[in-house]
Amino acid sequence: MSNQNHTEKPAGKQEFNITVYTENQIGLLNRIAIIFTRRKINIDSLNTSPSEIESIHRFNIVVNETEDVVRKLSRQIEKQVEVLKVYYNTNEDVIWQELALYKVPTDIIAEKASVERLLRENGARAVVIRKDYTVFETTGHREETDALIKILQPFGLIEFVRSARVAIIKHSDGFNRKLREFERLEPGEEVSENEYLNNGQRIFTM
Amino acid sequence: MDEGTNQLIRSAPEMKKEFIMEIAQQEIPNSAETKTVEVSGSVALLEALIAEGTEVIFGYPGGAIMPIYDALYDYKEKLNHILVRHEQGGIHAGQGFARTSGKVGIVFATSGPGATNLITGLADAMIDSTPLVCITGQVFAHLLGTDAFQETDVINITTPVTKWNYQVTDATEIPEVISKAFYIARSGRPGPVLIDITKNAQIQKFDFAGYKPCDHIRSYRPKPIIRKEYIQKAADLINSAKKPFVLWGQGVILGEAEKEFKAFVEKSGIPSAWTILGAGAIPTDHPLNVGMLGMHGNYGPNVLTNECDVLIAIGMRFDDRVTGRLDRYAKQAKVVHLDIDPSEIDKNVQTTVPVWGDCKETLPALTELIQERTFPEWIAKFKEYTEKEVEAVINAELHPGSGELTMGEAIHQLNELTKGDAVIVTDVGQHQMVACRYAKLNKTRSNVTSGGLGTMGFALPAAIGAKFGAPERDVVAVIGDGGFQMTLQELGTIMQSGIDVKILILNNRFLGMVRQWQELFNENRYSFVDMTSPDFVALAAAYGIAGKSVSERSDLNASLEEMMNHKGSFLLEVMVTKENNVFPMVPQGCSVAEIRLK
Ligand SMILES: Cc1ncc(C[n+]2csc(CCOP(=O)(O)OP(=O)(O)O)c2C)c(N)n1
Ligand SMILES: [Mg+2]
Repeated sequence: MSNQNHTEKPAGKQEFNITVYTENQIGLLNRIAIIFTRRKINIDSLNTSPSEIESIHRFNIVVNETEDVVRKLSRQIEKQVEVLKVYYNTNEDVIWQELALYKVPTDIIAEKASVERLLRENGARAVVIRKDYTVFETTGHREETDALIKILQPFGLIEFVRSARVAIIKHSDGFNRKLREFERLEPGEEVSENEYLNNGQRIFTM
Repeated sequence: MDEGTNQLIRSAPEMKKEFIMEIAQQEIPNSAETKTVEVSGSVALLEALIAEGTEVIFGYPGGAIMPIYDALYDYKEKLNHILVRHEQGGIHAGQGFARTSGKVGIVFATSGPGATNLITGLADAMIDSTPLVCITGQVFAHLLGTDAFQETDVINITTPVTKWNYQVTDATEIPEVISKAFYIARSGRPGPVLIDITKNAQIQKFDFAGYKPCDHIRSYRPKPIIRKEYIQKAADLINSAKKPFVLWGQGVILGEAEKEFKAFVEKSGIPSAWTILGAGAIPTDHPLNVGMLGMHGNYGPNVLTNECDVLIAIGMRFDDRVTGRLDRYAKQAKVVHLDIDPSEIDKNVQTTVPVWGDCKETLPALTELIQERTFPEWIAKFKEYTEKEVEAVINAELHPGSGELTMGEAIHQLNELTKGDAVIVTDVGQHQMVACRYAKLNKTRSNVTSGGLGTMGFALPAAIGAKFGAPERDVVAVIGDGGFQMTLQELGTIMQSGIDVKILILNNRFLGMVRQWQELFNENRYSFVDMTSPDFVALAAAYGIAGKSVSERSDLNASLEEMMNHKGSFLLEVMVTKENNVFPMVPQGCSVAEIRLK
């Protein structure tokens, strides 16, 4: 479990991005989810998908909690047999995006030039254009995709959906090298790092 | 018969089986020439269990596990299956076996109700880190999710209470899955594993290439790497301490590090106290053993927790029954925490120096770096508190002289007979606290109790398993009148298997521990704690088990002696005073220093 953020954080709640690398195993999603639900902690966003490495899955989980709670959660997750590695990061430590789709009536869009401008200003792209409706797509932070809902509401927004968050960790070297350490019986140096020893820059890992 | 499919299964001919046995013994090279033999999933499972050194299985059959039981019919000579009376009894027996033997307990149950009856035992084994491999039958794979007869979603029901679980739907998976199950159950911080096998996989024939034990799983690190720097830091802290205090738990026993622990304690000269699951790792009468921690632990260890300057916690997890009120727990102390499970560090108590690792390895490294010291003044303080406790509590409990019998004197007299060499299995309640406080234990793996979950009904079946795990030792189950009635059906298992366990019922005619709380905290409002019991001796007799009931002090010793000398199982009911309270006590919400003597 890792925390790349070593600057002192206030003890209050904030958004944390938990990144989990796992084996691809039935039932693991439940095993991870109940670590949160048992403690009555709400998962704000959860994305799971195959990673860049064959057979390894990557979870992105967002919670609004204190660092102390997130550290304990991360340790519990990492304890699961099929979990390879857990990192947790604040929003400042990651680049993150959410994808949103908006379905609006085509006739209104076609009629009002202002709509087209608004969409362009908000970085929206048309994905599908049909006679009856058009689907636009944007990616961005929550506030950005939220803002476009407000903008499109007066123009007859029919349907909206947003994906879970995906996040890339700014300071990581990816997982390929680490995986090789896991495949050998002996873990590498970095794996045995820990926070008490290294208050410096390195990724904290158990 | 709830299903008629078992005629599909034919037991393998004798010769073929011998051959499987042979190849199972060998390390099978991963080559194209590997000899294989066609067997059913059930036979592969039993071969895997044999290869893992299984001595005894506690189980109960049913429709969805019938192919495995059919295969077992031909393995009667090689695998000792004990038919329990309830699956909860089966799993507690598995736990008792694991606790006394140090090996993995094996449990079989059928699907649906058979599997759900395992839940309490799984939760108990999970929280007390007991290694188990439980095999449950499941409906045919094509019926999963159809609400088939006796189908329950066992994997999801058991996920929070297993270290690992897995559903097998194809027989070819069995050898590898079973090898993983054993590896996970016993390595690192041990725990229960459940393997759910669909009926088709039990029946299915496949080419079995022998059994290869698992020794590595990519995503699983049973032991964290030991960091020398931390051992050095811990040693520095210990060497500079003026009033150090050691707390040890079951981790010492699970890590088979009793010798290493004793060497550490003796060189360091530090007074040491135990959690109830750690009891016996060093003998009760070791000069540096200062007693029991926690809510009903000893006076000195509790009070002085809040006076020590360095607290060294070894293989224990700061349970709330040990710490009392956490924000007033050992705040003055620097804390060194040795644990194999990194998630335990800083979970409840903030650590100054974490020592992650297997204590079998970390303890010797630490012992090497510490100075040989003694703490006469500091230890004298513990003695002072002991004297106060003897005067206020222990004397009256162990040597009441007049009045009704007490639980304490029964345990005290039992000590005289066992000399501390017996395995003491306890249930949950006042009698458990009294037994843990006063039982003399010379050896490790002598105290089997449900610590974390506090499961009433644990003791009788656990004692059965404990005896199988340590057949050469005397096993005494100390049980309350309430808890005995939760799993008394296992008297049938004792009868049928003919094993020798001594059953000591301390009958206070109350759910005593709850009554104590109602007396102390609910103004004597005894709400549904009054317990009427059957004639326990007659009940034992119905199962062909000898028994006796005693209520006179003059008969107590002779009755205990009769029980211990009896060849075979024996039930002794001791009628004890109804409304005794267990003291000392740290009331809930109070700090350990606020422990009450009355
Ligand atoms: C399965 C279960 N149900 C309820 C409890 C709550 N409980 C804890 S101690 C106790 C009383 C036990 O009574 P008894 O077995 O007679 O033992 P005593 O305390 O009288 O020695 C109860 C009801 C429990 N621990 N386990
Ligand atoms: Mg009672």
